[in-house]
Amino acid sequence: MIRHQLPLIITFFTGMLLIITFFIPHKPFGDLEQRFLIWYSIISGFTVLLGLDSLVRYHLGKLKKEFNIHSFILILSLFLTLILGFYSWFRFKTPFALNSPFMFLYTYVIIPLQATMFALLAFFIASAAYRAFRARTFEATLLLIAATIVMLGRVPIGGYISKGIAYFISFLFKIPYEKISETQIFAIVSDWIMNIPQNAAKRGIFIGTALGGIAMSIRIILGIERTYITK
Amino acid sequence: MFLIIFLIFQNSYFQNIKGYDTPADEGGSITLEWKIKEEFLSDTNPIKFFEIYRKEKEKEFINVGFVLSQYNTYEDKGLIDGKDYYYQIWAIREKDTLKSEIIGPIYSKAQWFNTNRLNVLIITIILFVVFLYYIEKAKKGEKLFVRKIAGLDAIDDAVGRATEMGRPILFSFGLGVITDVVTIAALSILSKIAKKCAEYGTRLLIPNYDPIVMAAAQETVKEAYLEANRPDLYKESDITYLTSDQFGYAAGCDGIILREKPGAIFWQGYFFAESLILAETGHSVGAIQIAGTTAITQLPFFIAACDYTLIGEEMFAASCYLKPEPHMLGSLKGEDFLKAIILVIFVVSTLIATLAVIFKDFTFINNLFQFINNIFTVK
Amino acid sequence: MREFLTKLATIDRRIIYLLTFLVVCLPMLFKMIMPIRISEEVKRAFKEIDNLKPGSIVMISIDYDAASEPELQPMLIAILRHCFSKDIKVILLGQWALGLPLGEMALNQVAKEYNKKYGEDYVNLGYRPGYTALMVGIGKELRDFFPTDYKGIPIDSFPFMRKVRNYQQIDILVGLEAGATGDAWVQFAGARFNQKIILGTTGVVAPDMFPYLQAKQIVGLIGGLQGAAEYETLVKKAGSAILGMPAQSFVHLLIIIFIIVGNIGYFILRRKK
Repeated sequence: MIRHQLPLIITFFTGMLLIITFFIPHKPFGDLEQRFLIWYSIISGFTVLLGLDSLVRYHLGKLKKEFNIHSFILILSLFLTLILGFYSWFRFKTPFALNSPFMFLYTYVIIPLQATMFALLAFFIASAAYRAFRARTFEATLLLIAATIVMLGRVPIGGYISKGIAYFISFLFKIPYEKISETQIFAIVSDWIMNIPQNAAKRGIFIGTALGGIAMSIRIILGIERTYITK
Repeated sequence: MFLIIFLIFQNSYFQNIKGYDTPADEGGSITLEWKIKEEFLSDTNPIKFFEIYRKEKEKEFINVGFVLSQYNTYEDKGLIDGKDYYYQIWAIREKDTLKSEIIGPIYSKAQWFNTNRLNVLIITIILFVVFLYYIEKAKKGEKLFVRKIAGLDAIDDAVGRATEMGRPILFSFGLGVITDVVTIAALSILSKIAKKCAEYGTRLLIPNYDPIVMAAAQETVKEAYLEANRPDLYKESDITYLTSDQFGYAAGCDGIILREKPGAIFWQGYFFAESLILAETGHSVGAIQIAGTTAITQLPFFIAACDYTLIGEEMFAASCYLKPEPHMLGSLKGEDFLKAIILVIFVVSTLIATLAVIFKDFTFINNLFQFINNIFTVK
Repeated sequence: MREFLTKLATIDRRIIYLLTFLVVCLPMLFKMIMPIRISEEVKRAFKEIDNLKPGSIVMISIDYDAASEPELQPMLIAILRHCFSKDIKVILLGQWALGLPLGEMALNQVAKEYNKKYGEDYVNLGYRPGYTALMVGIGKELRDFFPTDYKGIPIDSFPFMRKVRNYQQIDILVGLEAGATGDAWVQFAGARFNQKIILGTTGVVAPDMFPYLQAKQIVGLIGGLQGAAEYETLVKKAGSAILGMPAQSFVHLLIIIFIIVGNIGYFILRRKK
């Protein structure tokens, strides 16, 4: 019984305490928020050990059953990074000293790997846009047009296309080209889209999400939401 | 209560020097305010910065800090409550220094209530009252309507589809940690999916970014399998920790997707830039994908690449939707009511703000606008 | 012809990837340069730093890692060039541990160009855990979290750091953001301590920051590679951002062409059905 009730009591007490301390500056309440945040930082540091244990046990288990090159490389990389980090720390006072072996690993392995994964987004955006941006409905068409304008407005090529459109309009309506050539139509409309409708929609979603988060938090504090506790 | 000392007689260079206990604080702090007389502000001999000097009784002045010239206040911290202090301000100019008169004695005190946050307290009380009211209403048996959420209705179909294809199911919390409310919302969705997987005998894979979330996921899935009377099917090795690096996690998930070829993928939690990489890889193996996130920047990518997307608060409604108990539905209703109030406030305050701009000389409207502004400012 | 147009709705993914690869690589191989239009939000960020007097202090927070380095590192280098050219002191710190080496690299590179000395003109405080606790803590006393710099040297041994106690001595805080840390800076440093903030963000995060700019909670916003290129243009020193803009331009154009082509194929397919 107490095993199920104790987490709920702790959650309620801690939640209410932190809400109350927001309004009471006097010690010991005033710096409780800071203290809890620091405790959380300390605890979350130790959870790295939990993850490390899970990872090493899983892959060593795989290696014991049958040699797996990927698991072997993972274990090797893990311990190599750890050793180089400690060595650099002791030798250069910080693992991030520019001439340390850890920085060599960081500069020539970690940076290129992370940048490569991020660069994959360019390809995936192209294929996702091609597949998903179909004018199936009126709203989808509107989205399509807005996306096109913003994409052109955010890059220099939009300026060249604007000049081309200005030339075409000056030819069609007999307006002097010099008067409209500097009007960067895509950039202006793109800025308007980003500042007005985009902001408005984002704020709406943001407020809804914030309210949902508050409701969820109140449910957790009051013990109505119990999914994080096992029976 | 704070002690305010006003400089009554005229100082040569400064005017309106004030020193007082910093209001609504934990004590140990005194605030100073000052203004340089207009005749001593010049472009040829500008003020570079202000230096603050403090002394205790029968001791010498010491420099305790400086502020840049655009500031005219300073908060001196780390003081002993109840002790008398004296202050002098020096304006350091290009060519000379202007010194203020000595002000004091001033002492600091801790306050029990932060009066600047009274508005937040009132709003918090209103929030609690509204939620508790609707929860009680729901408990009394009142039927509360909740609209359909397509993404949540599709969970059963997705699990069924994966089972028919003989392929596993993948669930990801993204880069969320256990302190994120969205991760706890995702746990309730996982609970339902895990129970269905246990009933159908479908394998459930959960690669994790955070070790604590991994532990919570393991417990949730184990419990779901127990509830479905299939504890024999639970495999702890299917719920693993990958890495706490963003793109390392994305690479790991992609590898699992390409090797295991899941029939259904659930992206539920907090995601960053890796969201499209994950979703596109999932699409490439032909999986049905249901995403849910509060990360506004990633919603467009999930909407483009996934079959169903839970947008923001729909995720928080999941636990109420999947287990429609009265107290859960009541809190959902309370949320909707508060949203309606916020909408009304928006319309009214936008109107007043617009009128304040049009009728700049109307003091009443401007004061009303300031009043509304102050109510919704948190200090 | 109809068959061909229908096939446009189902182009193989690999062709899309190949074309994207070519369109990104070729402009960079030929070192194309395009004129950059300066947006209002970057102009504001530039003006804020430009209006600072020599000896002013700018704090830069490195809140990104190697993944966002192509977008944010050029921003950092351009801002450092701006600061050093105006004899503005720089304090570097960070909320992402893996980002600090990038900050150190940029500092070393730019400091050499302007003959700036460590400890006299700039300091690297490094990383300390704490996140929001740290942001609030700096508002009270910097030394509570950073008694030493990243090498372990007490910060009071640096002349310009002796007078820096909290945000009140810092003219501008520049946050270079790849994630949600910018929101935290605005919430804690900006709202609680009235710190002036400029945010430099990746292209994906930039739209999230527009509400703050509109509400004047930040004084400038530099968004994505485009923003970095604009800042490089204002500082009058070309870097990798300006070099990368032609590639970005052509990729945007290619995606638009894909969308148009895909829709043509889609409409013809729909008509067929």
